[in-house]
Amino acid sequence: MNFDMTEDRQMLSETLSRFLADRCDWETRNRVAYTAPYTDAGRWLALAGLGIPGALVPEEHGGFGGTGFDISVVFEALGRALCPEPFLPTLLASRVLGAVGKDQTGLVDGSIRYAVGISEIDAPYDLGGMITCARANGAGFSLSGRKTAVYGAQVADRLLIAALLGGKPAVFEVDPRAAGITPYGMIDGGGAAEVLLDETPAVLLARDAGALLNSVIRAGRLALCAEAVGAMQFAYELLLDYLKTRRQFGVAIGSFQALQHRTVDLLTEIEQARSITIAAADALDGPDGDLKAAMAKNLIGRAARLVAEETIQMSGGIGMTWEYAGSHYSKRLVMIDHQLGDTDHCLEEVMQSYAA
Amino acid sequence: MDLRFTQQELAFQQEVRDFLNASLPEHICAAVRSGAELPRTVLQEWHEILGRKGWLGTTWPKEYGGPGWTPVERYLFDVECNRACAPRIVPFGPSMLGPVIQNFGTQEQKDSILPRILSGEDWWAQGYSEPGAGSDLASLKTRAERDGDHYVVNGQKTWTTLGQHANKIFCLVRTKKEGKPQEGISFLMMDIPSQGLEVRPIRLIEGGYEVNEVFLDNVRVPVSNLVGEENKGWTIAKFLLSHERTNIAGVGISMHALEEVKSLARRMIRKGKPLIEDPLFAARIARVEIDLEAMKTTNLRMLYQAQKQGHPGPETSILKIKGTQVNQELRDLARRALGPVAAPFPGTITEANLMFGPPNSEANAATYFNNRKTSIFGGSNEIQRNILTKAMLGL
Repeated sequence: MNFDMTEDRQMLSETLSRFLADRCDWETRNRVAYTAPYTDAGRWLALAGLGIPGALVPEEHGGFGGTGFDISVVFEALGRALCPEPFLPTLLASRVLGAVGKDQTGLVDGSIRYAVGISEIDAPYDLGGMITCARANGAGFSLSGRKTAVYGAQVADRLLIAALLGGKPAVFEVDPRAAGITPYGMIDGGGAAEVLLDETPAVLLARDAGALLNSVIRAGRLALCAEAVGAMQFAYELLLDYLKTRRQFGVAIGSFQALQHRTVDLLTEIEQARSITIAAADALDGPDGDLKAAMAKNLIGRAARLVAEETIQMSGGIGMTWEYAGSHYSKRLVMIDHQLGDTDHCLEEVMQSYAA
Repeated sequence: MDLRFTQQELAFQQEVRDFLNASLPEHICAAVRSGAELPRTVLQEWHEILGRKGWLGTTWPKEYGGPGWTPVERYLFDVECNRACAPRIVPFGPSMLGPVIQNFGTQEQKDSILPRILSGEDWWAQGYSEPGAGSDLASLKTRAERDGDHYVVNGQKTWTTLGQHANKIFCLVRTKKEGKPQEGISFLMMDIPSQGLEVRPIRLIEGGYEVNEVFLDNVRVPVSNLVGEENKGWTIAKFLLSHERTNIAGVGISMHALEEVKSLARRMIRKGKPLIEDPLFAARIARVEIDLEAMKTTNLRMLYQAQKQGHPGPETSILKIKGTQVNQELRDLARRALGPVAAPFPGTITEANLMFGPPNSEANAATYFNNRKTSIFGGSNEIQRNILTKAMLGL
């Protein structure tokens, strides 16, 4: 048993955090996060230069990481800085490309940007309700349907799309220029797009891809959990700072037990969130990978909302303002629950382990 | 990062399993499984079995006849004991007084007291709280006044767990009235029975007798029964409260309780189907299972830290808070799973052969009520939050 980070990951974390402190400072973050295209091309390439996409890709596919703990260390640092650059789609795409043995050079060096479309309006988190479908079309395939809230699709060079083929989920590559892309910004910063597919030409990457998509989703869940841990930790530190400096009734408001005990409860839940994320990272590609990722995403959904709402409440009116960094953390922490399976959906997946 | 146990730890776990298989008598397991209060004889028998194996003082170093376990080994021992339905070790002698004597006692005290704890010969009780000193323990009023070679003790202690079985008690007493309240407290050991010492049971919410009041009326205690220096008892009290925190999360007991809840929910029928297939109930189980899963890792993280630093830090208060929340939620689910079967007062079903509910279900509601204590004793969860506020939040 060992809970220390390896030296390599420690270095990666420090390098990334230093870079973000410099290039994703508060004003820059908000300007990029809330202005189309919701990403900064120069910063993206600089991050790729630091090896951040490479850390998400296993060695045999041209990267130098790709394990659960590589993913969590990267996303925790991104979450702490509330960085809106779309690394989640990079991770999801890498899992797809790795599984089908496609070259990832462009993904690793940042020159090719991917987005992965799985969610649909009526099937946001489950593959079972998917209706986007593929049709054989001469030598290739064409896709029809609509993929919703495809993160990173506003700037993607390539789309990886889940669609039904013969009644089973399959994965296709689509040229975004051939699809209808409606880009938008997100309430918590960053961007996505609706992807409208109408007899859109597509290249089949994987048939019968239920298991593959599950492995993509569980890695994505782990990443979101780690991002939330980083964001929660920072929001908590901001709150502590506020409790020590804000004075009312002639004293620092942190001297009030009504606030102290609630802050301790946040600390407790953040530690629990960190623990379940470690457990999910450890289990990622083992037999319990899906279960632990679902457990983690459920607990994170609960903890992140608590931290978001309580930090707003305890920061009073300031917590409600756009000016205050904490408000943007609160938004991200709440909205993470809307990606790749919310609290209830993940709880249900855990409940399914009770069947039989 | 590596969450696996080492080969050595796994071998240790196997050794504990083998021991429990071979040495834990079936009638003791059955008594534990029933959920009813355990009689002294059962607890005593188990203490003696552990004592013979050298495993009763789980925190004791080898030099004092303990097993010299690491925090992780103690954790594994706890988990395996719960899995096997072994009784808990009554902590007052082995886990509390033992380490106190090792750290603060005279050689004579070590020689006379420690072996009798390990053999199970002495049964210790704790006299800390008073009617007017609960969370504010330092305000305690029981006084001990010097009279030659003796202290004369007057006052009242309360919440003395299993004091009815004890032949010894250690108490915090006031030996000085001036100065800060913490600076006038001493740590004193007494015999039961003693002239002027009376133990009276307190009946608890579920009807059981687990705790007692102890009245002290001019009890004469030899000065040699003082542990450490006079007026330095508060240091010992704090040491004692923070010392044995390896199992404060109660992971072992909660893991076992979760299995019990699942097994009950598979057995009980609602709307023609096993209760575990009811989505509302299954959701409750899943939520607490997830919290427990996270707590297992939180616990291991903190054990790892304690092992590295040589002592547990203030963050163990997190384990107390979360551990009791998880445990109480599981007790709630077990009670709820039984529906009306949980409602009868244990002992009032007189027809001996009437199998009213599943085996061992009779005590479930009582256990639920009894376990409300866990967030109150050992420093209430509010006190734990105060500790964390100071130590971790810096507020």
